[in-house]
Amino acid sequence: MSGSPYAPHTDAETAAMLETIGVDDEEALFDIPDEVAFDGDFGIDARTERGIREECARIFGRNDDATEFLGRGHYAHYVPSVVGHLSDRAEFLTSYTQYQPEISQGFLQALFEYQSMLVELTGLPIANCSMYDAATALAEAATLADRTRSTSGDVVLVPDHLREGKRAVLENYCAGADLTVESYPMDDGTADVDALGDRVGDDVVMVYAENPTLRGCIEENLDAIGAIAADADALFTLGSDVVALSVLEEPASVGADVVVGEAGALGLPTSYGMGLGIFACREEHLRQVPGRLVGASEDAAGDRAFTLTLQTREQHIRKERATSNICTNQAWVALRAAIHAAWLGPDGLVDLANDCVREAADLADRLDAVSGATAPVHDRHHVREFAMRTDQPAAPIADDLADSGFLVHVVGEHLLQVCVTDLTAGRTDDLVAAFEEVI
Amino acid sequence: MIHDQADYTREGEAVHEPLLSEKGEETVDVREESPLPDELTREELTLPAPSEPEIARHYTRLSQMNWAIDSGPYPLGSCTMKYNPKFTEDVAADPNAAVHPDRPDRSVQGNLELQYRLQEFLADIGGMDAVTLQPPAGAAGEFTGILIAKAYHDHHGNDRSEVVIPASAHGTNFATAATAGYDVVELPSGEDGRVDLEALEAAVGDETAALMLTNPNTVGLFERDIAAIADVVHDAGGLLYYDGANLNALLGRGRPGDMGFDVMHYNVHKTFATPHGGGGPGAGPVGVTEELAEFLPSPRVRETNGEKGYERFEPAESIGKVHGFEGNWLVLVKAYAYIARLGDGGLRDAAAKAVLNANYLAERIDLAVPHGPFHHEFAATAGDRDAADVAKRMLDFGVHPPTTKWPEMVPEAMLTEPTEIENRSSLDDLAEAFDLAYADADEALETAPNRTAAARIDQVGAARNPRLSWQALDEE
Repeated sequence: MSGSPYAPHTDAETAAMLETIGVDDEEALFDIPDEVAFDGDFGIDARTERGIREECARIFGRNDDATEFLGRGHYAHYVPSVVGHLSDRAEFLTSYTQYQPEISQGFLQALFEYQSMLVELTGLPIANCSMYDAATALAEAATLADRTRSTSGDVVLVPDHLREGKRAVLENYCAGADLTVESYPMDDGTADVDALGDRVGDDVVMVYAENPTLRGCIEENLDAIGAIAADADALFTLGSDVVALSVLEEPASVGADVVVGEAGALGLPTSYGMGLGIFACREEHLRQVPGRLVGASEDAAGDRAFTLTLQTREQHIRKERATSNICTNQAWVALRAAIHAAWLGPDGLVDLANDCVREAADLADRLDAVSGATAPVHDRHHVREFAMRTDQPAAPIADDLADSGFLVHVVGEHLLQVCVTDLTAGRTDDLVAAFEEVI
Repeated sequence: MIHDQADYTREGEAVHEPLLSEKGEETVDVREESPLPDELTREELTLPAPSEPEIARHYTRLSQMNWAIDSGPYPLGSCTMKYNPKFTEDVAADPNAAVHPDRPDRSVQGNLELQYRLQEFLADIGGMDAVTLQPPAGAAGEFTGILIAKAYHDHHGNDRSEVVIPASAHGTNFATAATAGYDVVELPSGEDGRVDLEALEAAVGDETAALMLTNPNTVGLFERDIAAIADVVHDAGGLLYYDGANLNALLGRGRPGDMGFDVMHYNVHKTFATPHGGGGPGAGPVGVTEELAEFLPSPRVRETNGEKGYERFEPAESIGKVHGFEGNWLVLVKAYAYIARLGDGGLRDAAAKAVLNANYLAERIDLAVPHGPFHHEFAATAGDRDAADVAKRMLDFGVHPPTTKWPEMVPEAMLTEPTEIENRSSLDDLAEAFDLAYADADEALETAPNRTAAARIDQVGAARNPRLSWQALDEE
């Protein structure tokens, strides 16, 4: 059997090292009792590097080449080449958490810059340097609410239109904190503020809203939602994404206590749901923040230097009293998002977000013109995506569209959801033609 | 033996890379061009607007101020800082794999096939029956495993309130159990550094949902009593959880499933060499025995009946989800490529050389190693020196130091894990760095490091006066 191609020992070297240690062979170094030792095979054949590249290319070739008009929480935009080339520099990619800040200034500064970008986008003074994704960030917000709110309540209120997977993650974190997740109704794609106001009381620790909502609608009543939460002393957590935040109302200005969501809409290609969780909050929650924070300090020479800070919040110091169990996070994805944001600049970010609004409106108009379809369903402004009604059942239409090479979501018996970004804007003519064909 | 990380001084004055914001920001009037009514938009957005050449130089310069595996030895104990094979990046960059998670099964057969194959690899390696790839990191894997244990007990009508964890365990174990709503029962380490069976019997009882165990443990010792430990836990009706952080030591020689573990996580960024990315992303797949398979997160991937293919399905008693989608997909692809590259022989050899390297290095250094026989890592003690200071001095010698002052059972611990990637001459360099620093004058230790991009950083000041953004710096 061949050895690991990444263990560089020659036989002579191994022999000399064993002699230094004073044992006859490598097996003598293992202290595993026979009763639990494994001497079988996994049956995994070693391949060549080239062989694996061919094998995986073959496997991935089995994905069809459909055009994805898909969103609902996982979004991608064109990622400029500079992002991959710079983030792939081995000094970044093959480093780990900056436990020795003096020799890790580069990554620390990059993460500090990422945090600063999130501070600008959210208007909140504190942003950590990543959660796993929007779902786990939302869950961490709920546990923060549980730790910080003085109310005796245990209810986390979420919109009825909440991605199923996001709610499932939230429920798993809430269960451990004895919190209950309940939903409030929607009114034409956004929060039903009257119903929310009626529902919120002493038993609520957190009110969660999204902007845009799961159906792509821009939430028009954020101020009112914020006021309802504040009146009940509930934490107001707002979910969004890094592109939408560039143009939509600044979360701090509508009273958001915490902002969660996806920053992976920058820096990552469509990646099967892999993400980058945003977590930003008010100053008063600083010592309750989950995850890593990079701060500016000084070194012994009196120069500005960066370091991980407030680590007494974290699991490796505080153990079961930590604010979260998170250790390994999405730092490299945060680096990629920051490079992407720098490349766009504020102009580019705003243009990208505005295009997300315009393209969605334009595509909805064109689909609405097709007989047997109404788009958008909700009388709202939209970002990237919208729901549309079909006179015929939606699922078979989506199947037929898939056969024609176009993927859309089915979100109700007669409801489709369509998402368009800069990556698919050039294919909307084809989508509309295919839709006319199948409807 | 001196190593300059980045010498950018000008006449004795450090030349620092400015923040992006210091290179110039622009403010955009958002409402001017917006297709939206004013009340739905922010007024303005102020961010840096560097040119692409400026961006390239900025991040290249930053990268030069960052130590990495490809810079040199990085023996950070319990982190398994292996070389990350370059080709795995190319495998993961395949545009055909870059798909949306909401594609229907028939449209995404390639991804499902790779997920299925990786599940099978991991099940074989861990001796487990079923695997989920969803948890996005090791701690998320722990959380998943403990939720599965909880669901299992609930399913059998047992309401248990405690998770037992050895004092020497990773901090994530404690935080995970608490996040899942359990009380933590801390198990003191035995005198030999292992689990003390009597203490375990005293700690385990009707309230025990699970024992979380790392094996080899965090000072590299194999828990030789593992079969008896499993019996104690199982006899009390509890489950045995395996923290996969140290699986690299066991590849091909021991499988958690054969040792009586019911549920485990794998740290693919450790054992299977996916890049650590400055703190992540990793991935923490979880394996379970047949009895627990129905509780795994949803969806799982299986082969379809009849025509060849793969499909997603929801396990009967699934705990639901621990990540919004399918986990850290790009990382999982790299792990598949690594495992396939090594195969049975390579995996077995990786463990052998990792253990060989740790033992050789420990033999070569002047510091004492109180506990043994250890495997892939060892906890040396800096004795009457401050381990953190010794570590800072090591930075001047062209190596990354070990994990310091942990685990606490070893005074002034320097937890060292060289991994299999170092050859003898590299280990000799590492040993020299250890010994030079360990023997250096007090003053040299206290004022180190001197050759890094920053001198010793004021941690207390950073925490006392938190400045966490360039906006905070501007306010000063």
